[in-house]
Amino acid sequence: MKLYEYQAKQVFASFGLPVPKGEAADTPDKVAEVAERIGGRVVIKAQVHVGGRGKAGGVKLADDAKQAREIAQQMLGMNLKGFVVKSVLVEQALPIDKEYYLSFTLDRDAQHIIGICSAMGGVDIEEVAESHPDKIIRMPVDIAFGPLDFQIRDFIREAGLEPTKSREIGAVMKRLYEVYVQTDASLAEINPLVVTKDGQVIVADAKFDVDDNALFRQKELAKYADASEEDELEAEAHRRGLTYVHLGGEIGTIGNGAGLCMNTLDIVNQAGGKAANFLDIGGGARADVVRNALDMVLLDPAVKAILINIFGGITRGDEVAKGVLEATSTLDVRVPIVVRMAGTEAESGLKLLEGSKLIPAATAPEAAKKAVELSKAAA
Amino acid sequence: MSILVDANTKVLVQGITGREGSFHAGQMRLFGTNVVAGVTPGKGGGEHEGVPLFDSVAEAMAKTGANASAIFVPPPFAADAILECAAAGMPLVSCITEGIPILDMVRVARYMKGSDTRLIGPNCPGITTPGGKCKIGIMPNMLFSVGNVGLISRSGTLTYEAVDALTRNGLGQTTCIGIGGDPIIGTKHLDALQLFEKDPDTKCVVMIGEIGGSDEETAAEFLQRSKMKVVGFISGRNAPPGKRMGHAGAIISGSTGTAAGKIAALEKAGVPVAATLEEIIPLVKRQLGQ
Repeated sequence: MKLYEYQAKQVFASFGLPVPKGEAADTPDKVAEVAERIGGRVVIKAQVHVGGRGKAGGVKLADDAKQAREIAQQMLGMNLKGFVVKSVLVEQALPIDKEYYLSFTLDRDAQHIIGICSAMGGVDIEEVAESHPDKIIRMPVDIAFGPLDFQIRDFIREAGLEPTKSREIGAVMKRLYEVYVQTDASLAEINPLVVTKDGQVIVADAKFDVDDNALFRQKELAKYADASEEDELEAEAHRRGLTYVHLGGEIGTIGNGAGLCMNTLDIVNQAGGKAANFLDIGGGARADVVRNALDMVLLDPAVKAILINIFGGITRGDEVAKGVLEATSTLDVRVPIVVRMAGTEAESGLKLLEGSKLIPAATAPEAAKKAVELSKAAA
Repeated sequence: MSILVDANTKVLVQGITGREGSFHAGQMRLFGTNVVAGVTPGKGGGEHEGVPLFDSVAEAMAKTGANASAIFVPPPFAADAILECAAAGMPLVSCITEGIPILDMVRVARYMKGSDTRLIGPNCPGITTPGGKCKIGIMPNMLFSVGNVGLISRSGTLTYEAVDALTRNGLGQTTCIGIGGDPIIGTKHLDALQLFEKDPDTKCVVMIGEIGGSDEETAAEFLQRSKMKVVGFISGRNAPPGKRMGHAGAIISGSTGTAAGKIAALEKAGVPVAATLEEIIPLVKRQLGQ
C-alpha cells in the first residue's frame, strides 16, 4: 500500500520526525485558507503517486494566499503523468541550503533491511544510481539490533553529509528506522532531507509504502488504504476483496494463481492484444468468487472480450464453470467470454458449459487468440 | 534419485487440524507420503484422522522421527512455526502459508543464518518426488510421473501447468520444487539448481521464474559456469513497473526485476528460454537429446 506524501508526513511526524508546517486540501478555497494560516511563502504540491512531480508542474511556490488559490485552481483536477490531482499539500516554503537522500528498504537478495543515503538529494535516486553510483552509500541493518550508533556515524561521514549536523541527521535516521520496523513499511524514504539556511534539519518530501501482508496488525494505517487508491476500478476491486490490477487494455482476464495470471497477460500480448486487467481468483475459489470476479471485470468499459484461464489444482473446474454460468445468467454480459480449463475437474467443468454462449478453447494460447479476434470483431 | 525428499521422508504437518492442513494432509497421504505427526498447540495427545497430535515440533520429532515439516499455519503465526522448526533442528521445512508479513521473514532469515534447517517457501506449493511417493505441500496428486526432469518454480499454478505438460509428453520428473512467490524465501533458484546438479538422475532442469528481485539473474551467473542442462521460462513480460502482480515478490522496482533482464541473463548463460509454457516441452526434449 502506497501512502500519499501528506499521509506519510502525518505518520513520520507521529514518530517525532521534523516535518514542515502544512495541511492537505482539496479545493482552492481550502488551499487559500491553509496558506493564510501558515503565513508567508508556501509550496503547493500535487498529491499523486508518481515521481518527478516538480518537472511536470506538480510543485509550485506561492507568495501569499491569493496566489496559492490561483495555483490550486490550475493544479486541482489537472492530469499529472496520467494521474488526476485530487488534493494538494500546502506547506511552509523552506529556505534550502542542502538536500540529502535517506531511506530504509528491503534488500531482497541479502534478506535484510538496508539504509540508503546520498548527499545528492532532491533528485530521482534511480538517476543518481545511474550517473553517480559512488554517491550512494548503503548500510546493512541487523534486525536484531537496529542501526548501531557507529554505523550511523560512518554512514553520514561516508556519504559526505554536513558534519556539523551529523547529530540531528543521525537522530532522523534512527527515527526513520523506527517508522520502518514499527509500521511494517516496505519503503520509508526522505528525499530530500533538507538543511535550511538557518540550520534546521527537515523532512521536505516523504515516500512511504506499507507491506500489504502486515495490514492485519497495522490497524492505524489501514484507514489510509481506501484513500490511497488512485484507480477507481482498483479501489472497487479492493472493496470486493479481489486481487486486481487495472492495465488499460481491452481483454479482461481472470485466472487462478499469480504466476498463471501474469502468464495470461503475456499470452494475450503474444496474440496481438492487450490485457485490461490482472485478476487472480486464488486457489480453491468457489462459484461465488468467480461470479464476483466476472462482475468486476465487466465494470471496466474498455473490456471487449474476456479470457478465463484456469488450471485446476485445488481450484475445481466444475466450481469455476458453475460460477461463470451463474454470473452470465444474472449479469448483463455484453462481451464474448472465452474459457480455457485444464486440470482438476476440467472435463466436468467444460461439460457444464456446453450449450451456453461461452466459447471453450483447448489451450491457453488458443483461448487468447480467440479472445483477441473477438475483441477486434467487436470494435 | 531425487533431491531433498524421498521414500524415507517422515512428514510432520503443522496446523493439521485447520481446514487447509487437514485437507492437504489427507491428499499427501493419498499420494503415498508418510505423514507421521501433526502439531497443533493445545491438542497434543489426541489424533487427527489417525495421525498422532503433539503440542510442539520438538516433541513430535522425538517421538516419531519426523524429518520434514509442512506448515499450514495462518500468516500471523507462520513465522513462529518456521522458527520452532529451526530451533528443534528439523532438517526440512516447507512453508505453504501465503501472506506472511515481510518483516517477519526478515527476522526468520536472521534467526536461521547458519542453521542446518532448509526452508522451502513461504508462499509456495511445496516439494514432490514422484519416484519416492513423497509430496510435501499442495501440488495436485494426479500430475506427476517418474522420470529424469527436475523442476523449480516461483509460481504454484505454473508449476502445475509445466508438470502436467511434461507428464503428457512422456517426460517424467525426479523432484518438483515450488520455491515461493515472496520477496524473502528460504530456498532460491540458485540453491535448488545446486541441489539438482548433485543428483545424477536429474538430466535436465526446468526453471520457471517471474518478474521481481534478481534470483534468476544470480542463478544465470551460476549456470554460466555449470554444465547442467536447463530450460528457462519467465512470466510477467507484460507487467507494468511498480505494480504488485499478485505475489508479494512479483514487482518491478525501477529498472530491476524485469522479465527482459532475466531472459537476457539466462540466454547469456546459454540457457534456452521458452517464449510460452508450451514451448518448454520441445526445449527439454532438445536438451535431453531426444
